[in-house]
Amino acid sequence: MTRRYQLTQLEALESEAVHIFREVAAEFERPVLLFSGGKDSIVMLRLAQKAFHPARIPFPVLHVDTGHNFPEVLAFRDRRAAELDLQLLVASVPDALNRGFVQAPPDGTRNRIQTPVLLEALDKHQFTAVFGGARRDEDKARAKERIFSFRDEFGQWDPKNQRPELWNLYNSRVHLGESIRVFPLSNWTELDIWHYIAQERLELPSIYYAHERTVFERNGMLFAVNEFCVPRPSEPTFTATVRYRTVGDASLTAAVRSDADTVEKVVAEVAGTRITERGATRGDDKFSEAAMEDRKREGYF
Amino acid sequence: MDILRLATAGSVDDGKSTLIGRLLYDTKSVFTDQIESVERASRDRGDDYVNLALLTDGLRAEREQGITIDVAYRYFATPRRKFIVADTPGHIQYTRNMVTGASTADLALILVDARKGLLEQSRRHAFLSTLLHVPHLMLCVNKMDLVGYSEDVFETIRAEFTEFAAKLDIGDLTVVPVSALLGDNIVTRSTAMPWYEGPSLLHHLENVHVASDRNLIDVRFPVQYVIRPQSDQYRDYRGYAGQVAGGVLRAGDEVMVLPSGFTSTIRSIETADGEVEEAFASMSVTIRLTDEIDISRGDMICRVNNAPSVSQDIDAMVCWMDDAPLRPGQKFAIKHTTRTSRAMVKDLQYRLDVNSLHRDLGAEYLGLNDIGRVRLRTTQPLLCDEYKRNRYTGGFVLIDEATNRTVGAGMVNEAR
Ligand SMILES: Nc1nc2c(ncn2[C@@H]2O[C@H](COP(=O)(O)OP(=O)(O)O)[C@@H](O)[C@H]2O)c(=O)[nH]1
Ligand SMILES: [Mg+2]
Repeated sequence: MTRRYQLTQLEALESEAVHIFREVAAEFERPVLLFSGGKDSIVMLRLAQKAFHPARIPFPVLHVDTGHNFPEVLAFRDRRAAELDLQLLVASVPDALNRGFVQAPPDGTRNRIQTPVLLEALDKHQFTAVFGGARRDEDKARAKERIFSFRDEFGQWDPKNQRPELWNLYNSRVHLGESIRVFPLSNWTELDIWHYIAQERLELPSIYYAHERTVFERNGMLFAVNEFCVPRPSEPTFTATVRYRTVGDASLTAAVRSDADTVEKVVAEVAGTRITERGATRGDDKFSEAAMEDRKREGYF
Repeated sequence: MDILRLATAGSVDDGKSTLIGRLLYDTKSVFTDQIESVERASRDRGDDYVNLALLTDGLRAEREQGITIDVAYRYFATPRRKFIVADTPGHIQYTRNMVTGASTADLALILVDARKGLLEQSRRHAFLSTLLHVPHLMLCVNKMDLVGYSEDVFETIRAEFTEFAAKLDIGDLTVVPVSALLGDNIVTRSTAMPWYEGPSLLHHLENVHVASDRNLIDVRFPVQYVIRPQSDQYRDYRGYAGQVAGGVLRAGDEVMVLPSGFTSTIRSIETADGEVEEAFASMSVTIRLTDEIDISRGDMICRVNNAPSVSQDIDAMVCWMDDAPLRPGQKFAIKHTTRTSRAMVKDLQYRLDVNSLHRDLGAEYLGLNDIGRVRLRTTQPLLCDEYKRNRYTGGFVLIDEATNRTVGAGMVNEAR
């Protein structure tokens, strides 16, 4: 009898996320959703659709474009935004480099310089609430962050001084220049995301599924050969069947060996995996124990 | 598969983070790269063994100081359930973070160090867990390995806690002797304590019945957002979106809208996936009524013969979370369900000593981490229930209008 009034885990997570979307739309004048074409932002967009159905999603989407892209993902981004009739804004790192607004670090990576470009775009459009697809299971600093994450006028996170967050009551008050990062997927795990993709039959960029690619090995990870990621002479290339677990900066994101070419196979693979998503695929977070915390303090997502 | 939300509680160093680490580790929910990173960090710190607390103490300052500062959320699943774990800090100065973790918990794990027995913080956290009405408490007498797995030590602490608990409003209490460090009674029953006949911690977590903890009786639907599509296809569409805070709603039900008091009938209950026959507590849905009445965010849909209190005079327990104290006469923004209003503190009735539960009737202020009973006067009526009856229509937060900080968490005793 009571069983009947019980949500499954996906229903409960969906309901929580929908509530968060509506709360932000009701309380903020100018929200924006960060949309990269990656799987978490695709799920986020679906949840936003559900929150406002049958009306349109009442805010634009923003992509912080590092210039280091997988073409399949960019194409997907544009198509999805067009299908949903969304205003797509692009904050471009290459453009910021050309303008001299940011300088490329010696190693050529663009993870850190994304932050000022993001902050500039938020400032330019006066966005006070920004939806991000970060999940708490991704990283130990993220595991500490509130659903409504207060940021000061420099976009900085102060982990030692977070606002208490009780029940489903979110404090959305900010002074001019300050903002809130909102994480509707906070309580989702990688496996929840894939179960949801399967349930909703969400289309994803093809690189999330197994395919053949020319790769080389670096720091124990497999990187695709492309214009941003050139093997050194000591790094032989070879063809492997791989897929991507995350899609970030194409110069930093590694592929994993996989035969999973359907959503069901990926769900099974993710359920059995013994390595975290970021551990398996991100060259950027391994460098220091607190890499993510440091970047968040600087205004990163 | 459903979700169980649990929060840790207890004094510093009683082993909360280690227990969660152990639970994650023994349920094989820790990934190899996380283990490697914790092994590396333990070695660097000169620990003799792998410090499982590092699985949740993720901030730089936490690792440096070996303490938990803010809540860490961790996730694991067994074939029976998905678990959302909030590992909370034990230090008194971080009580507000503990309260954050406990506010949504179905179950609180209260840890006690078997060598030390009940400390002031153990009592405080046990009290806070009941004040926040966490429906299930599990007292874990930890570090049993350090007291020779002694039944006497366990029974003494159990008796001491039971005596304290008699003064509290505890729904459901279970007591288990464990060693978080060595894993005794965490996932499987320990062979070191044959005298203990109860279930392992995980067994209890997997089986505790939580479905009936939500209020499925009093229909409460705080209107969160009004959906009015600007399109030809849905020209006259008007839907009231929100998350059900209590009860079960069905199409055809006669309902009343507060504060106006207008009545109407539910025409349909919708989600993006189509109409549903009924909506129950914690579902996010959109309700359409048969009549065109003026309804906006902050209003509440309920039943004609079962309505919440509509009142500007609120009697509530408050947990104070700011450095600047609460004093009578102050004004704050108050956020309750989907309604934001302003509130003035009319009166501080008493401050509670969480150790003795003594009421200090002469108290003039509530300092950081104090708990007291206040009377508030709000500028708009709140549509509320007693917190004990419904966490979501009985809980509110106070926000300082100058700093925008969340300064207090309130639980309605009574509205008149
Ligand atoms: N011997 C023993 N030590 C434990 C046990 N549980 C935790 N500890 C130790 O107690 C200390 C504090 O643990 P921690 O988990 O950080 O406590 P917290 O402050 O409650 O999170 C650490 O040194 C742990 O290794 C236990 O069951 N037995
Ligand atoms: Mg701890």
